[in-house]
Amino acid sequence: MGKAALLVLILLAGWPALAVAEPAPAEAGFAELVQQLDADNFVQTGQAVERIARSGHPRAVEILETMLAGSLQTLRTDGRVVVVNQVGRDFEITDALSGEDLGTVGRRDLSRISINNALRTQIRAALARASLNDPDATIRLAAVRRLMASPDPENLTLLQEQLAQETEPRVLAAIEVAMALSRLDADEPAVRMAAIEHLTGNLQSQVRNRLRTISEDDPEAAVRDAAAEALASIQRRLEYYRLLENVFFGLSLGSVLLLAAIGLAITFGVMGVINMAHGELIMIGAYTTYMIQQLFPGAIEYSVLIAIPAAFVVAGLFGIAIERGVIRFLYGRPLETLLATFGISLILQQLARTTISAQNVPVISPSWMSGSWQINEALALTWNRLYILIFALLVFISLLLALKRTRLGLKMRAVTQNRNMARAMGVRTAWVDALTFGLGAGIAGVAGVALSQLTNVGPNLGQGYIIDSFLVVVFGGVGNLWGTLVGAFSLGVLNKFIEPWSGAVLAKILVLVFVILFIQRYPRGLFPQKGRAAGG
Amino acid sequence: MGPLSRILFGDRVSWLFLVLLAAIAIILPWLNLTQPPDSPWYVSNYALNLWGKYLCYALLALSVDLIWGYCGILSLGHGAFFALGGYAMGMYLMLQIGDRGVYGHPELPDFMVFLNWDALPWYWYGFDQFWFAMLMVIVAPGLLAFIFGWLAFRSRVTGVYFSIITQALTFALMLAFFRNEMGFGGNNGLTDFKDILGYDLQAKTTRIGLFVASAVALALGFIACRYIVTSKLGRVAVAIRDTEPRTRFIGYRVERFKLWLFTFSAVLAGIAGALYVPQVGIINPGEFAPLKSIELAVWVAVGGRGTLYGAAAGAILVNNAKTWFTTAAPEFWLFALGALFVLVTVLFPKGIIGLLRRRGGEGS
Amino acid sequence: MSDGLIRRDRVFGLLAGEPGRAERLRERVVARDRVFGFMERFPLPETEVSIDAGTILYLEGVTVSFDGFKALNDLNLYIDDGELRCIIGPNGAGKTTMMDVITGKTRPDSGKVFFGRNTNLLTLDEAAIATAGIGRKFQQPTVFENLSVFHNLELSMAADKGIWPSLTWRLNGLQRDRIDEVLELIGLDSQRQDRAGALSHGQKQWLEIGMLLTQNPLLLLVDEPVAGMTEQEVEQTAELLVALAGQHSVVVVEHDMAFVRSIARRVTVLHEGHVLAEGSMEQIQNNPKVIEVYLGAADADG
Repeated sequence: MGKAALLVLILLAGWPALAVAEPAPAEAGFAELVQQLDADNFVQTGQAVERIARSGHPRAVEILETMLAGSLQTLRTDGRVVVVNQVGRDFEITDALSGEDLGTVGRRDLSRISINNALRTQIRAALARASLNDPDATIRLAAVRRLMASPDPENLTLLQEQLAQETEPRVLAAIEVAMALSRLDADEPAVRMAAIEHLTGNLQSQVRNRLRTISEDDPEAAVRDAAAEALASIQRRLEYYRLLENVFFGLSLGSVLLLAAIGLAITFGVMGVINMAHGELIMIGAYTTYMIQQLFPGAIEYSVLIAIPAAFVVAGLFGIAIERGVIRFLYGRPLETLLATFGISLILQQLARTTISAQNVPVISPSWMSGSWQINEALALTWNRLYILIFALLVFISLLLALKRTRLGLKMRAVTQNRNMARAMGVRTAWVDALTFGLGAGIAGVAGVALSQLTNVGPNLGQGYIIDSFLVVVFGGVGNLWGTLVGAFSLGVLNKFIEPWSGAVLAKILVLVFVILFIQRYPRGLFPQKGRAAGG
Repeated sequence: MGPLSRILFGDRVSWLFLVLLAAIAIILPWLNLTQPPDSPWYVSNYALNLWGKYLCYALLALSVDLIWGYCGILSLGHGAFFALGGYAMGMYLMLQIGDRGVYGHPELPDFMVFLNWDALPWYWYGFDQFWFAMLMVIVAPGLLAFIFGWLAFRSRVTGVYFSIITQALTFALMLAFFRNEMGFGGNNGLTDFKDILGYDLQAKTTRIGLFVASAVALALGFIACRYIVTSKLGRVAVAIRDTEPRTRFIGYRVERFKLWLFTFSAVLAGIAGALYVPQVGIINPGEFAPLKSIELAVWVAVGGRGTLYGAAAGAILVNNAKTWFTTAAPEFWLFALGALFVLVTVLFPKGIIGLLRRRGGEGS
Repeated sequence: MSDGLIRRDRVFGLLAGEPGRAERLRERVVARDRVFGFMERFPLPETEVSIDAGTILYLEGVTVSFDGFKALNDLNLYIDDGELRCIIGPNGAGKTTMMDVITGKTRPDSGKVFFGRNTNLLTLDEAAIATAGIGRKFQQPTVFENLSVFHNLELSMAADKGIWPSLTWRLNGLQRDRIDEVLELIGLDSQRQDRAGALSHGQKQWLEIGMLLTQNPLLLLVDEPVAGMTEQEVEQTAELLVALAGQHSVVVVEHDMAFVRSIARRVTVLHEGHVLAEGSMEQIQNNPKVIEVYLGAADADG
């Protein structure tokens, strides 16, 4: 997707620039050039490509693009060059020169214009040269990168010219790297040494490949050593970025765990209620996102934002219904609560299966959440994970504030600390219980919205999170929200650091075993609640 | 009152349970052997096999009731001990296949040949011997329970915390057994068994033998549990369930009592698993699924906790219902099971036995 | 002691109106003579606790803090063998925490706790401390509600409390007689097969005392024994505790000053986790510090 979009951009932006570069040649001459693309040998085709690229004709770039993509073919009947678009078994064709629609034909009516790898490289370079004059710096940068891939003398000259007139630092730096790469082939060792020095710290894979070759093959020992050293320093930087990336993956997993566990931290940590249906409340949140997208197909970009309050309300209402319908009869009997809520989780799962679908449902990511933030060659952070990480922290902070600053929060804390005293002071404890549970459930729903952007949304969505979230809450220390935060992130990071050498499944097993052993050693978790009351 | 009479005659329903069990163990195989298929009394091979499975489940439920009903320890990982016993038996059965497997390797089970392994892993040694496999049926779940329990009870992990980490335990084991590298057949588990102690597993007599063995194991397990719960040890267990600190302050090492009961219970579960596997013909990591272990708790709860026979009856009843639902209305089974969880905890905390007792109490 | 006998008769007055009252009364009057005799037939457990020095419990420099709050602050306390000691103090003085430390429920941050001269209680767990000869009665009566009264007493009875001995346990005649005697003493003979959970609050208190009797410890820690008891029951309890002292050492924590006055020989006043004063009831009552923090207020109440 990304590459295609870039091509289109190059195409659109490159066109007027080319038109300015050279006066338009006679249409007849251009048509002849295009016809020559279907030559008998690659040398002739190559010449035709070169001349088309220099022609500055408005359709030159598009024709070369389609040729690169393999969509440029000829009609067997009259040898006319056409652009082909396959639709099912049929082929829609348009005239390569005029863009005129020529209807549909069968496969047998067409003959492919064959190209080889050398030709592909040539076309790319030609296209890059055409893009070097683009007003958009990003496109110029991409053009420079392409030219670097085929460092023949002509391209170097082109880059040198560009260096003189370029103003954008990013593009300048890229050109300098390309020049340095070319200087690696210089005859004088001193020039090669200087080029190596210039390339030290560069993270592009081309640079690494060239340095590796030089560190092995260069006739001068000093140059070999310098290249090896430069390579080592680049490797160290890469290691460092890989570490950063791993930390990010860990934090991202941690944010998922945090989102999944934070609602439990309320229902289990604050109320002492074991809610095995917590995972299904997350599932309800995810399904709410799906419903919103179905209801407002025109507003996919905003669907996630609409879904957040909607999921909070829907899951919260489910939560209140569960509390009023079942849990309130079971206060003080935690094991029974566990079993009853497990029953509810089975019912909710089956409900999703029968009313919606037993299959996963498609939830679309809004475009602002897709793609990634390319920090440098070695480090790119995907937007959806980044947003969810930030979102998890926002949810955590709002929950903390809600508990500390609102009247409901005050009542909740009062009820958990001394139920009878709170009741004596006029707090309606039953009402507070229901709302507290509803809050925990609502947060689970909000977590579901976030998770719908990362995983498959289906009836089994919740199951996968229930054990993890309980472990996070117990690991962090029951009744301590900060413990849940630290627990979630440390388990997430731990998991991602074990993963590279053990594989995903074994990492998960090891983390589970670690948490089990940790809880057995420290039953009250990382941040235990102290005091006589906690002793039980 | 001597121990034997205490077990057998101390409680009328327990006596009745054993008599019923004996009747099932004798009558079902007899009907299976003697009745023609068109007789209304005919018991098909399928039905006999199904009941053999139920009896194993009943023994498993018994093991859960011993620690949950009497000692207040709700293990949500008992399926793991059942599966470990099952795997130990499965490994023996696997090595009995010999060169009759698909690949015809004389020593290695098919899945190892498939993975290009050239020798049996060390932990498979000895499983070609029946006695060794049977020892492992007891040792593997027992040892795991002992180590796990020792760590947990020593730190006084109790109540729901214990339940949660037992569930994490079985979940971790499930993930581990799914891995091919573990050497237990990965996803597919162990299957395609041929014979046990030289008897063909498909033969009618072998199936009846396994059925009777399950009934005998259930009876012996029941008697052993009765012996425990009617002894002072059983009363200490109840004391621990009701007020653990108080039990400590009169001098009982609560951790040790819990640990030994938990380990014994795990061994019972392992034996149930070992009898289950040859009857269903397969053991795979699905047996470790947390859902299975929680379902177990509901068998016990439905029957009635703290009675032993209630747990066994609950297991048979719920599984009968499951068999019926999964053929008649599969999409409703989870609704029914879910509703059962809710109803039995909210409305009938003492299960069916409790309901019957209350009725009986009102009647007399 | 004659005082005690009269009081006991008053206790039996409670039974007035029940059928067979006269017979019961007579039985009880016989039973009252057994209070001492009964104790004599209970040999103290064979133990390695050394009480040569005449002191059975040492607490030295014990400090316990919860989240910065010092529940016990450099507490020093010595209990003599055979002594009946009352511990009083306002709420939060650290009385219950002290009991928790002695019985192993709470580990102190610093200090020494010795049972006799040679048994370091800080190295033992609750069960080992109980086996060494320390019994505890809780503030809230905690009995095993789902076991019968008889089995409650059987469970607490001094014996090898390991796993195997419990599994193969069978009561011998002597032990059965002891339980019968205790049942009679605590007035629960006719309810011996009833679930302990079905007993009234007062009866549970008595059952718990009965459990202490069958446990037969060297040192009894009794936390607020008369809370929720009728006046008659209070007097009966007082009499029993006085009778137990001598053979056993008894430490009573109590709020009820009238009760303390009726049994106290030596009284320790705790305040803010520290011993404020120690001495006879008269000395305590005249101690200006004590009057200031505690007794003044308590006297005003009652």
